[in-house]
Amino acid sequence: MNESIGTRGLILNEPFLWERGRKGRSGYSLPRRDVDPAPLPEHLAGEGPDFPDLSEVEVVRHYTRLSTWNYGVDSGMYPLGSCTMKYNPKTNERQASLPGFAGAHPLVPSELCQGALQLIYELEHYLAHVAGLEAATVQPSAGAQGELTGMLIFSAYHRDRGKPRTKILIPDTAHGTNPASAALCGFKAVPVETGPDGVLLPEAVEALMDEDTAGIMVTNPNTLGLFETHIQAIAAIVHAKDGLVYADGANMNAVMGVVDFGRAGVDVLHINLHKTFSTPHGGGGPGSGPVCVGKRLAPFLPAPRVVKTGEGYLLSEDFPKSIGKLHAFYGNFGIMVRAYSYILSMGPKLKDVSQHAVLNANYIKELLKDVYHLPFDVPCMHECVFTDKFLEKHKVTTLDVAKRLIDYGFHPPTIYFPLVVHGAIMIEPTESESKETIDQFIATMRAIAQEAQEDPSLLQQAPHKPKVRRMDETAAARKPCLRG
Amino acid sequence: MKELSELNLPEDVRYTKDHEWARRKGETFQIGITDFAQDQLGDIVFVELPEPGDVFQNGDEFGTVESVKAVSELFMPLGGEVATVNAALEDSPELVNNAPYTEGWMLEIAASDPSEFDQMMDREAYLEMLKGS
Amino acid sequence: MRYLSHTPEDLAAMLQVVGVKDLEGLFRTIPEDCRRTAPLDLPEMTEWELNDHMARLADRMVSWADYKTFAGAGSYHHYIPEVTRSLLSRSEFVTAYTPYQPEISQGTLQGIFEYQTLVCRLLGMEVANASLYDGAMAVAEALLMAIRIGRRKKTVAVSTLVNPYYRKVVETYLAPTEFNVVWLPYRPDGTTDLSGLDAIADLAGVAVQSPNFLGGIEDLAAAGKAIHDRDAIFITCFSEPLAYGILKAPGALDADIVCGEGQSLGIPQSFGGPGLGVFAAKQQYVRNLPGRLVGQTVDADGKRGFVLTLSTREQHIRREKATSNICSNQSLCAMAAGMYMAALGGTGFRELAQLNHDKAEYLKSALQAAGLEIPFASTTFNEFVVKLPKGFDQKWQALLQKKILAGIPMVCYYPELADHYLFCVTETRSKDDMDALVKEVQA
Repeated sequence: MNESIGTRGLILNEPFLWERGRKGRSGYSLPRRDVDPAPLPEHLAGEGPDFPDLSEVEVVRHYTRLSTWNYGVDSGMYPLGSCTMKYNPKTNERQASLPGFAGAHPLVPSELCQGALQLIYELEHYLAHVAGLEAATVQPSAGAQGELTGMLIFSAYHRDRGKPRTKILIPDTAHGTNPASAALCGFKAVPVETGPDGVLLPEAVEALMDEDTAGIMVTNPNTLGLFETHIQAIAAIVHAKDGLVYADGANMNAVMGVVDFGRAGVDVLHINLHKTFSTPHGGGGPGSGPVCVGKRLAPFLPAPRVVKTGEGYLLSEDFPKSIGKLHAFYGNFGIMVRAYSYILSMGPKLKDVSQHAVLNANYIKELLKDVYHLPFDVPCMHECVFTDKFLEKHKVTTLDVAKRLIDYGFHPPTIYFPLVVHGAIMIEPTESESKETIDQFIATMRAIAQEAQEDPSLLQQAPHKPKVRRMDETAAARKPCLRG
Repeated sequence: MKELSELNLPEDVRYTKDHEWARRKGETFQIGITDFAQDQLGDIVFVELPEPGDVFQNGDEFGTVESVKAVSELFMPLGGEVATVNAALEDSPELVNNAPYTEGWMLEIAASDPSEFDQMMDREAYLEMLKGS
Repeated sequence: MRYLSHTPEDLAAMLQVVGVKDLEGLFRTIPEDCRRTAPLDLPEMTEWELNDHMARLADRMVSWADYKTFAGAGSYHHYIPEVTRSLLSRSEFVTAYTPYQPEISQGTLQGIFEYQTLVCRLLGMEVANASLYDGAMAVAEALLMAIRIGRRKKTVAVSTLVNPYYRKVVETYLAPTEFNVVWLPYRPDGTTDLSGLDAIADLAGVAVQSPNFLGGIEDLAAAGKAIHDRDAIFITCFSEPLAYGILKAPGALDADIVCGEGQSLGIPQSFGGPGLGVFAAKQQYVRNLPGRLVGQTVDADGKRGFVLTLSTREQHIRREKATSNICSNQSLCAMAAGMYMAALGGTGFRELAQLNHDKAEYLKSALQAAGLEIPFASTTFNEFVVKLPKGFDQKWQALLQKKILAGIPMVCYYPELADHYLFCVTETRSKDDMDALVKEVQA
């Protein structure tokens, strides 16, 4: 299909829930009352919430219309760098909704939840295997909580050795969560400057690493889409001062079946099931952020942990050095079911996933670098970073390119990140896209670069086709209106 | 972004390298951010200020200004005790954009060492610094 | 593999463009000593095999599908209307990212804005965020927020009747910090004893839960006064938000922060997660809130629309000075909660809450009539503690064989409460179920 996939269609307006409905309607079938009413003591009784009353049809229309204002992976290509917007297999949803899983109470004795415990145990084992590390926990609810888990482990490890430390090294390309998570554990973030080729240099780490530094947090592959080629040397420097190496595995999708993080010198690695392992992003969550560790850090993992015994699987609290609990129960189990299903569906072909993801990114890089400025023209991993430098003369920015892509039916890439690249356009196609779709994306990006020359206002005013145009974010922040 | 020639840089205030300004007002000094700073930040959506009575050293961080997607720290051009803050900024942070040297002032300080004011840059020196950057 | 679409011809053509001869060549920048020495050793299943395998695992689970459960303690079995389940599965909601591009994310954005609004109305609060991970983390974040607001104060107090798992998460979050937690004891009636507050120096905030872990409804009005007298932040949390269908809203009782677990609002129990960290506060604290917020604004044509806003509080901008390290929220769970509250409506929500309460009262009276002791006198909602005869643990096991989960033993949380069990009754338990339980317990 040569025609643009972005087109016009009938989009329906929809008011707020509370602008619909009439008192006394209901969209819910209450069970038959089989006991007598028992009023609450008057001083405790409230009036009940002021929710609108809607019929079932109204509820259905409301949310169906809202859904059509969204763009999802099921709608089209979503090349959002560092977010790994891959296809979310339908069978994963089926498995997670099995009544035995979806209807399970978390506080039953171990012998009555063997299915879930086996799943958790095996998933942790599979994740550690893919990472090349010894053990894993699936308790953290998202990547940021995985990072926090990692930092709590750093903190506990140094305290256990009787030598608490106060600083942590964080490269300037890192996600903002890295310093935020480290700060929660009382570590002062010390920035490390990235080298001229977009990767960390051992000298830079050597100059900063000391015996009051707990270790380093490295995103690898990094946020420029490059593999940190000196990771082993950097790990050696950090280990020489009894520090630890944390790898942010946000970009794991590039290296499954290829990299062994244990051999690379990594002590702790977090993974995002909602990126690498195909669980849906859900418009911002729920996610899941498992943490894998080397052998000497396994005693610090969050408890309870699932252990395997002769009689089956058990939830054990018997980990005296554990950093404790991160989640009321065991983490986002429903997300684990999906990731587990994905791993079993792919098996060793997880390596093909990484190969195709990296191929797609390099293919896009090669076919766009003559029209978009490429700050680091080296082989990339699963994402490539361009800038708006070539467009400056037309007064067109990265934001304009992103918004114009919407008109053509594509989700925009990640923009203005990493911060070290001015006007960054970060493209991560993932393995899910076919060659035809990628070719169409490339053709569209080239057409947009052409438009920038010929008719910049087309870009500056974009998008033109969605239900709403650019939003006044300044007004939203100056006079916040956070409820209706 | 404004060209240097378009910047409003009044003669009656002194400047810092962090783009704050100070103006002598009898016993106290009025403090705000420069036209250059507000232009770089873009639409300001929130200004966080200290409370009267808080004491700062010269160079201390005393608050932040926020645009939609950035936060910048504010640094004291002079040490001393905060006498008053501009309450109007709470509801109208845009005053910092529209009138950085008048209605957009941020606070007044009773300086512990008024001679620090004399060490600040004058218009010429500040403009030279901007040209260099 | 059906999730990958490149044919050998596609691969060859693309490799040629990239200028490497095979797929391995793509990884030439990765040093040899960082590479795997052996291929991935993982099982691989067809969809058929996967279905069988997962069905076998799911069969080895106690679930409401075939057990009569009388267990709550932070995870509640409520009926999820089909309309909620069905709407939530719309893949435009499921497969979207965080709404950073508002022009093509208005569905999620309006949905979350409505969720924030309904949460405010339920709890009687002025602002609610787009959600946190779960109730436990919400309580930990609330305490950290109280410490931020209190500036130099370093101590927080937490009721021992706050869900013990939430308390454990609080310990984890506070362990590496310089802040202290004081645990407040409970009174004989099963509510929190706040009389020790005056002795605590440097108090930034106090957290109580209502209904609390023993099911008791706290006197939040009195708690609020005692806490505010100490110039501390009054945090009230919950694990069963349905209770606010008939209870006074905590906002009306002057709570500063109200937070907790929203799983009851249309989210499957799912062995404990994903849940929904509900978080609301007074307007004056909005810039101290952790997590995302959706705000209303207008587009370039003046049309109503929504964006993520006040993001300068967050980690991606403020980095180590952010109000929290959280990036994501539980967006889809918040959508589910919005859909659930919309389907019930104000009238339905109130009726459902009343029914939960009335059924629990029925079971409580029936057990009492059977000669069992209800040790705590406080008013309860849909959970309450029963003291059973010594040795009941064996009968408890036997009842499991009969597919009845007869409450949660309290002794693992409160050593002094041997033979005490926490029972929960929701709308999913019939009078017949309860009569059968009483008969079994009595036998």
